[in-house]
Amino acid sequence: MSELYKIAIIGSGPAGLSAAAHAAKKGISHVLLEKTDHLSDTIFRYQKGKHVMATPAVLVLRADCEFDAGKREKILAQWDADAKAAGVNVRFKAEAKAITGEKGDFTIELTKGQPIRAENIVLAIGTQGNPNLMRCDGAALPHVQYQLDDPGEYTDEHIFVVGSGDAGIENALGLAADAAQGNTVTILNRSADFARAKKANVDNLIAARDAGRMTIMTETSPVLVEPGWITVETPQGSSRYKCDRIIARMGASPPRKFVEAAGLSFASDSPSAFPTLTPTFESSSKPGIYVIGALAGYPLIKHCMNQGYDVVEFISGVTDLEPADEPLLKDKLKALPGLLSVSQWLEFLRSKVEILNGLSPLQMREFLLDSEVRAYKPGEAIFIRNDQGSSLFGIADGAVKVEVDPSNPNITVPIGAGSIFGEVGLISGRKRGATIRASEPTICVEIPRMAALKLMAQVPEARETVNRITSERQVLQIFKSGLTPADISEVLAGAEVMEVRPGQAIINEGDVSDDLYIIRSGSMIVEKNLGGKPVFMSYVPAGSYSGEMAMMERSPRVATVKAAIRSTVVKLPAEPFRALLARKPELAKRMQTEMRARREINAFIEEQKEEFGGAVDMYSSVANFLIKQGIGEATDVLLIDESLCVGCDNCEKACADSHDGLSRLNREAGTTFANIHVPTSCRHCEHPHCMSDCPPNAIRRGPDGEVFISDTCIGCGNCQRACPYGVIQMDKPPPPKPSLFSWMLFGKGPGPGQPDYEWRKKASKGGAGGESPKLAIKCDMCSGKAGGPACVRACPTGAAIRVSPDAFLSVARIDRGAG
Amino acid sequence: MRQRTHEGFLRHKGFRWAQIATLLCLVVVAVYFFVAARLAEPPSGGSWLGYTLGTISAGLIVWLACLGIRKRVITAGHYSLKAWVSAHVYLGLSLTVLATLHTGFQFGWNVHTLAYVLMMLVIASGALGIWAYATLPQRLHGNRGETTRKQMLEAIESLDKQLHDLAQPLDRAGAQVVRLSLEQTEIGGGFWRRLTGAHGDCANLRAMRKLKQLPAPATPRQAEALARIETVLQQKADVLGLARRQMQITALLEGWLFVHIPATFALLAALTAHVVSVFTYW
Repeated sequence: MSELYKIAIIGSGPAGLSAAAHAAKKGISHVLLEKTDHLSDTIFRYQKGKHVMATPAVLVLRADCEFDAGKREKILAQWDADAKAAGVNVRFKAEAKAITGEKGDFTIELTKGQPIRAENIVLAIGTQGNPNLMRCDGAALPHVQYQLDDPGEYTDEHIFVVGSGDAGIENALGLAADAAQGNTVTILNRSADFARAKKANVDNLIAARDAGRMTIMTETSPVLVEPGWITVETPQGSSRYKCDRIIARMGASPPRKFVEAAGLSFASDSPSAFPTLTPTFESSSKPGIYVIGALAGYPLIKHCMNQGYDVVEFISGVTDLEPADEPLLKDKLKALPGLLSVSQWLEFLRSKVEILNGLSPLQMREFLLDSEVRAYKPGEAIFIRNDQGSSLFGIADGAVKVEVDPSNPNITVPIGAGSIFGEVGLISGRKRGATIRASEPTICVEIPRMAALKLMAQVPEARETVNRITSERQVLQIFKSGLTPADISEVLAGAEVMEVRPGQAIINEGDVSDDLYIIRSGSMIVEKNLGGKPVFMSYVPAGSYSGEMAMMERSPRVATVKAAIRSTVVKLPAEPFRALLARKPELAKRMQTEMRARREINAFIEEQKEEFGGAVDMYSSVANFLIKQGIGEATDVLLIDESLCVGCDNCEKACADSHDGLSRLNREAGTTFANIHVPTSCRHCEHPHCMSDCPPNAIRRGPDGEVFISDTCIGCGNCQRACPYGVIQMDKPPPPKPSLFSWMLFGKGPGPGQPDYEWRKKASKGGAGGESPKLAIKCDMCSGKAGGPACVRACPTGAAIRVSPDAFLSVARIDRGAG
Repeated sequence: MRQRTHEGFLRHKGFRWAQIATLLCLVVVAVYFFVAARLAEPPSGGSWLGYTLGTISAGLIVWLACLGIRKRVITAGHYSLKAWVSAHVYLGLSLTVLATLHTGFQFGWNVHTLAYVLMMLVIASGALGIWAYATLPQRLHGNRGETTRKQMLEAIESLDKQLHDLAQPLDRAGAQVVRLSLEQTEIGGGFWRRLTGAHGDCANLRAMRKLKQLPAPATPRQAEALARIETVLQQKADVLGLARRQMQITALLEGWLFVHIPATFALLAALTAHVVSVFTYW
């Protein structure tokens, strides 16, 4: 039988390497298993020369390997040296296949070679290493591969590359590069365009196709693999091609199956869920297996390395190790009243705030790093009506009052300890609907949107609680009229939360149905069929309702209501709502008034349609164009009136000159319809796509609603890939320019605007600036500048305007357009 | 389809600066004729009215010239370049009245009249600019659709790459034709050429003509290549046409500035000479 190690570490990234180095330093018998032939494959596969950042800057690094921000090569060389110096026992090309056994005697099966035995296992496999597999029949045949090491190896073959990302395109180009190799290369793309790949790669690909060196098949996916053949499904039907080799590059996903097969349980079925762990990183369902690093939910290198150190300490029996983030938490909590220790505070918050009850101490620690805890004096405002904010608040101690009536701050609704508030802003991304003040000395925990969403994904109870409270409060807030939670409990009992796809209708014109809908997130457009054509009637943002006419009058639906973007609506059944209306005449009156106003708008458009058919058609088609451009999820968008734009690009120059010399907008690019041009510039979406996967959590929403990137950006480029509008670029600020007057008088420097590449290259050579990383940059709406967005101020003709969609899509525009 | 908050520079704030400029002109004209009626000859630049009008006009000229700086200094405070342009246009036009009355209709071959003539030249070129800004943007954007300048250049570059590859099987004469298009095609050219859009001697066009005169190809492979080259040359001609029309409209939008700006600097020099000589010799 082979040697029994004290610790086997799977994965040699920052987390695994740090654990192995510490084990080696402590003289613990260990083995580090790495699937490839080099350490830290994820960072190894970074592009050459990439600058790797070390955030969070405040976190102290506690590890036996060095790490500081710098070039990929330098960091990898440092780690190689550290591993050698520490005497790490590393096994390359050792890919774990399965884990069996119990604490004290685990067996790790490898794809090649003898199994490994260990008392404890540290899983540090990250989330990058497992390629997504082809799922069609025959995908297991040996000529399907997920890696291409040397494109020069293959000659005279029919090769299909599956996948439309950079990896797939680069492989396909490599295989087709040398005509003498005689390969027939085809690349398959499931969608119509190559949206996920770098532009340069796509351009090269198109050029290679135009030159006849390869074939591109879009909207095509493989359905059957046979030896020597592949069958694909195209929009025109399926066809069978000769095929000697398939290279599938369809991205990677966390290796959940492997982890679950080892006996570890996950917090939920959500793809973003993490394994459930104890405070010492040990699996709660499988003792002896420890999970650290990205797989445990910590994507930053510093976190990973600290955990590597900590986990070895834990395994060797240390129980009172002070976590590396302890000083951070201490600092965060020091302003609070009472002299509790960090762990006492954690326990206090966890037990008091209802939605935090389900968290483990380890999760609680991580959670608090993202959140803020504050104490408020009685009467102190926590947030003000119409503030921008998407964070959620939990009341740990005390109570708050909500000023429900903007005209009279004395009318308040109390919320007590343990409950939450701010959930409407969290879910809809819109401004705060009411001012909230502490009514007694209060301690609240403020949870930023990303942390709140993570919490809801991890803890199902938290999700249910937030959903229940949200529906109740939203109904109260929309209908006001002195309703209490007791009044609407019957209505809410039958409420149904529905996800709606873009373009999907929740109400169809002419249908006989009478439910009422509340738009929780996203937005809806109302259309009516006039003269055989759908005419845009109005735009319904989140926090509003639709469907009241049929509900109140029991008549068929008068218009179609469909989602402008992916939205969430709450369906309220009609019967209990009518009963509520009968009990509450004030509410009935209020709804009657609003319904009359909506009906007048509809009547106005119908009337205009008869008289000025063209103007209404125009209004309708412009509205539809803007919705298609994603304006429905925008909060503030830059539009250019092409009947006024002289193409001077002063907007771009102004943008560059007020932001470190880099322009965040591209005037010429983007789409146009009927004189309205939507340039490539940030729309500050309600739920920004760019925020969804930012490892250092650097993308936030500012006080004026702007979505901005803070200086903790690590330059990973996730946001650039996530943005469907292409408004984020990766770049480094150019060196400072000579002043405007020395340019005007003596022609020094490149003049106003973003300096061209040549000048930047020449100017940065002279300076001693050294290496600076490429970071994500985007529009910040010129926040902090008194005059507002520079692009609008600097437009000489008034062509550039910034608008919010509900203002822009208002019916008030029709008569002016017609007149 | 415009919102009330969305007005062009000419309509800015309901023609506020047009109203101010008109009022200014009306007041000045009224005062002038009121004063002139009591004098034997019209008031010259040397009278109190002349000095007043001269000071206002000179101040306006300097302020109007500052637009060039305002446009380029992006400060953080409240300002709207559109409002500046609006005021620049209407107050600039009002100078035709103010400065003419300042002269007292006394002209001669001297630096004083030179300053006046230069000023009128600046205003006339500016009027051309107003016409250009009011009418050309539609054409500018109508022409390009959603293609950017960069995309046009990239399209030409990629067509060139295709031509290069396609020309490989050709004989010497055929290759020469492709080289003509590849090496000598000029997209823009000098300002005058861009403005007039006269590209009759375009190398790509000549290559297309020469291609038709080539002797019959020797092999079917060459014949196929030639047929494809003809298509690509035509595609290139289309993209060139698009890019050149774009450059022509841009040149029209910028062309007046080539008079307006140098004339402004000449005016500032002549104005300085005018003011200095008036105070030195009178």
